[in-house]
Amino acid sequence: MKSKTALKSLLVAGVMAFGVSQGALAQGTVKIGSVLSVTGPSSFLGEPEDKTLRLYVDKINAAGGVAGKKIELVIYDDGGDANKARTFATRLIEDDEVIAMVGGTTTGSTMAMIPVFEEAKVPFISLAGAIEVIDPLRKFVFKTPHTDKMACEKIFEDLKKRNLTKIGMISGTDGFGASMRAQCVKVAPNYGMEILIDENYGPRDSDMTAQLTKIKNTAGVQAVVNPGFGQGPAIVTRNYAQLGMTGIPFYQSHGVASKSFIDLAGAAAEGVRLPAAALLVGDKLPESDPQKKVVTEYKQAYEGATKQPVSTFGGHAYDGLFILVEAMKRANSTDPQKIRDEIEKTKGFVGTGGIVNMSATDHLGLDLSAFRMLEIKGGDWNLVAAGS
Amino acid sequence: MAEFLQFLISGLTVGAVYALVALGFTLVYNASGVVNFAQGEFVMLGGMVTVFASAAGVPLPLAALIAICAAVVIGLLLHRFAIEPARGASAVTLIIITIGASILLRGLAAIVFDKQFHKLPAFTGDTPVDVLGAAVQPQSFWVLGGTAVVVLALYVFLEHTITGKAVLATAANRLAARLVGINTSTIMALAFGGSAAIGAIAGILVTPITLTSYDVGTLLALKGFAAAMLGGMGNPVGAVVGGLLLGLLEAFGAGYISSTYKDAFAFVVILIVLFAAPQGLFGRRVVERV
Repeated sequence: MKSKTALKSLLVAGVMAFGVSQGALAQGTVKIGSVLSVTGPSSFLGEPEDKTLRLYVDKINAAGGVAGKKIELVIYDDGGDANKARTFATRLIEDDEVIAMVGGTTTGSTMAMIPVFEEAKVPFISLAGAIEVIDPLRKFVFKTPHTDKMACEKIFEDLKKRNLTKIGMISGTDGFGASMRAQCVKVAPNYGMEILIDENYGPRDSDMTAQLTKIKNTAGVQAVVNPGFGQGPAIVTRNYAQLGMTGIPFYQSHGVASKSFIDLAGAAAEGVRLPAAALLVGDKLPESDPQKKVVTEYKQAYEGATKQPVSTFGGHAYDGLFILVEAMKRANSTDPQKIRDEIEKTKGFVGTGGIVNMSATDHLGLDLSAFRMLEIKGGDWNLVAAGS
Repeated sequence: MAEFLQFLISGLTVGAVYALVALGFTLVYNASGVVNFAQGEFVMLGGMVTVFASAAGVPLPLAALIAICAAVVIGLLLHRFAIEPARGASAVTLIIITIGASILLRGLAAIVFDKQFHKLPAFTGDTPVDVLGAAVQPQSFWVLGGTAVVVLALYVFLEHTITGKAVLATAANRLAARLVGINTSTIMALAFGGSAAIGAIAGILVTPITLTSYDVGTLLALKGFAAAMLGGMGNPVGAVVGGLLLGLLEAFGAGYISSTYKDAFAFVVILIVLFAAPQGLFGRRVVERV
């Protein structure tokens, strides 16, 4: 199976490379590269990213391109393999000679590709989640998705507003859960949070009542936070209701911000709060919200073209592409160095993930307002009004 | 006390599923000497087919029946087209074939169904029952009761029917069984079909609690195999005890020791047991047949 997929992606890559060499003959084009995990275990991230990039590059070209030049998109599929990602990154630089890159689905593949772009001095806008991508700061590396640290801060901010400071944590031991747990533990003191009990569960576990019973029996726990991803948090939520703990406020992470979570957790999800991107609640945002227009337009375009529900991951690719396009317009040049300088000067860019204000010290440019605090009510997301 | 009971019931529920998977391993192992690593896939099939059949509008009991039949058919096909043609091969070769079959079934499930997680409504509601202070999902009773029924039915079948005795005879000595007129090939097919049915039942019972997806089988096969080893490979009683014990070890490990190391804790105990009694708790001593 695996070698077959590899063969297939190689074939696709070959066909694409052929198409590229044909297209390069055309006058007045610029090449933007991308390495995404369209297949493999991270395909649920890479697939919407791939579709988004293709959809919007076509739209941009149909509207006349950028500064009179058509964009040529070169996408390679790393299949979730960081080694392959690095090979493709080298190919983008040396063979395709791209002027910039929007891609890197996972943190693993992004980290493997960073040295290639840093050395070639070509701007790289990553779509990976971890804060390590931009911290420490690298001159040519930017990213669009929120970090798990911000999710922790958003949750703690909300807890603080409700005067809840003593919390219990139950985290998945998968990459997402472990990383977010570590960030939460790190920023907890900044918000005066005291973690009374810190439990874990395996990503494939089917019963978390033992851990939750411990939390329930820990005196003084005022709220519970569950950093996790996949089906784990849904089971935790169901066990939470089973043990009759719903009187204690319960927070999930942005890792479960999809309709399937509400579906899987069922009635137990009532009252659960979580931080999530505005894209999820586009139809519920007030008209005055600056992001309203962007997220509803993106949702319509994506769902219209792909017949699939919109996801925040595709939104990250949208943001990355348009941050780059606007920087290219401002630079009015195809020189990677000038484009980099303009990306860094991005101010007030309204994307699906939030309002981006980059600087020489911040290559993400999002603040906590990028996350919306949601509460599940009546089987649907509801915006939590500030101060409640 | 309430805390202890909570851990106990949660451990028994998870353990019952391990026990059913271990029982499936045991049945096939006894009849053919093969450790069938596709056993977890039957659990997956039980859950997934039920989910998709009931989503298509089939009433739950009928959907469950369809799922069991589907698993049995696949179990028989597995035996007919993968195990039977390689009859003369060594046990290791046969095990490798079953691993291949498990990967194939998983891949097919990902294509035929999808890669999402799915839930099934609990058979008798979601309102937790209070048992001396421990909150128990009604579905847990279904899992425990269902497991008891399966174990009992299997016991009656093996001990009180001619066909069941033929299975035991084949397990004891295949050559001798064939000499007294038992069609060992049919018995092997029966064992594969039976273990598939047991796996599917486990999948149907547990899906309302644990959710299901195309790849839940892998870990269950691993845990079920560990349970079968703990109880003594080839012994049905051992399989049930081993499964329940593994579930309890995990729950009490997570509850009283550390949730981070609960799997490690369970496996360390298994290693110690196997070190002291290499045949497992109820394993029969190996008698070399000359």
